[in-house]
Amino acid sequence: MKSGSSFAVRWLQATSAIFSKDIKSELRTRYALNALVMFVITTLSIILFALGGEAASSELMCGVLWIIIFFSTMSGMSRSFVSEEERGTVLTLQLMTRPSTVFFGKLFFNFVLLSGTNLLSIVLYLVLITNFVVRTPAIFIVVMLLGTMGLASACTIIAAIIAKANTKGTLYPVLSFPILLPLLLTVINGTLLSVEGAPFTEALEEVQILVSYFVVITAVSYLLFDYVWKD
Amino acid sequence: MTTFVLDGRGLKKQFNRRTIFHDLDLRLASHEALAIVGRNGSGKSTLSKIIAGVLSLSGGEVTLARNGERIREEAQLEHVGFVAPYLQMYGEFSAWEHLVLFRKIRGATASDEELAALLLRVGLLGRKDHEVRVYSSGMKQRLKYACALLHRPHLLILDEPMSNLDHEGVEMVLALMQEQLATGMLVVSTNEERDTQFCGKTIDLNVFSDREGRAR
Repeated sequence: MKSGSSFAVRWLQATSAIFSKDIKSELRTRYALNALVMFVITTLSIILFALGGEAASSELMCGVLWIIIFFSTMSGMSRSFVSEEERGTVLTLQLMTRPSTVFFGKLFFNFVLLSGTNLLSIVLYLVLITNFVVRTPAIFIVVMLLGTMGLASACTIIAAIIAKANTKGTLYPVLSFPILLPLLLTVINGTLLSVEGAPFTEALEEVQILVSYFVVITAVSYLLFDYVWKD
Repeated sequence: MTTFVLDGRGLKKQFNRRTIFHDLDLRLASHEALAIVGRNGSGKSTLSKIIAGVLSLSGGEVTLARNGERIREEAQLEHVGFVAPYLQMYGEFSAWEHLVLFRKIRGATASDEELAALLLRVGLLGRKDHEVRVYSSGMKQRLKYACALLHRPHLLILDEPMSNLDHEGVEMVLALMQEQLATGMLVVSTNEERDTQFCGKTIDLNVFSDREGRAR
């Protein structure tokens, strides 16, 4: 019992160390942060120019919000593993700790980074897109939170896989799209319900799908990561 | 008294269809040192990484045992220290931040005073707060020694141990090798005779592959 609890404490300590290393490293190098923020601002500007003051439908604007989130994620999320691979620090981490601590440390880091970027996207979207009004905030918040968790989980394992490939830039969105499609369809539906002012009970199906998606992807990623991480 | 034994049997490594080595056996106990020698491309670094547990084998297995009891594969890292020229540190962190970070990741018990003593030992205490990106290649190599010794490993693996080091650095590493032998095991991968002076055992990887690079 004692060895089990001490293992859990050490595992948590190592995972939080990987997480804090990535946060500190990101704040110093801005390896992914700049790409994510610039992508959000640029894409929103293009959408505003394209709309030219015209009011688009709610359905369309819900889809556009998630297009921004999907592609901004694609522009920055892969960096968590690609930067380790490019700098040659993968071996250093492999020598330090077991694969599961690296995976969950990176997952928490990606979740925090993605949450920050998504928050920025949502705030800018709500301010700049005049006919995008959230009428059921509870659905919107839950869908955004679960959607971000699912995105972070799927993107972490995909980033680990493509970090070993030669064509990293193009492979990431291509490999991500089929894996993220069920998530994207569900979050777009959920966001639409929140914009239409549906009661929370109507969004329960979406919530269940998003929770299941996160659990399944995280569990599969955990099992797969050992093979991806080791040469 | 705790004794460690490193045991490798029928080791085989292939990259695609190319066999680097096969039918390789090794055995090393506490207070013993093993030299891995061989021409460029013979698989010295590959074998070092396999012994460290970070590279998978195509055949055979390597085990580390403590007092006759096999240590689980995922727990072996706690007993291994590794230094190599291709091992990279984080340029945006200082030497001190590296040691504090690695102490936390490893769950090591070294105090701040011990970390400072370690940096003093490798000659980096005066530059401990400088970012590693501004270090010379020799200073980076010294930092790798501090990081490898942080958790007092029972098995220390050194691949090209004197890379980029000046005379003083070479003397420091030779002293570290002797200290390691007093407490644990040492594996040195090199072609320099000076680096293998404490090694009682030798694996010559040239024996395991012919000039076309195929295993005999």
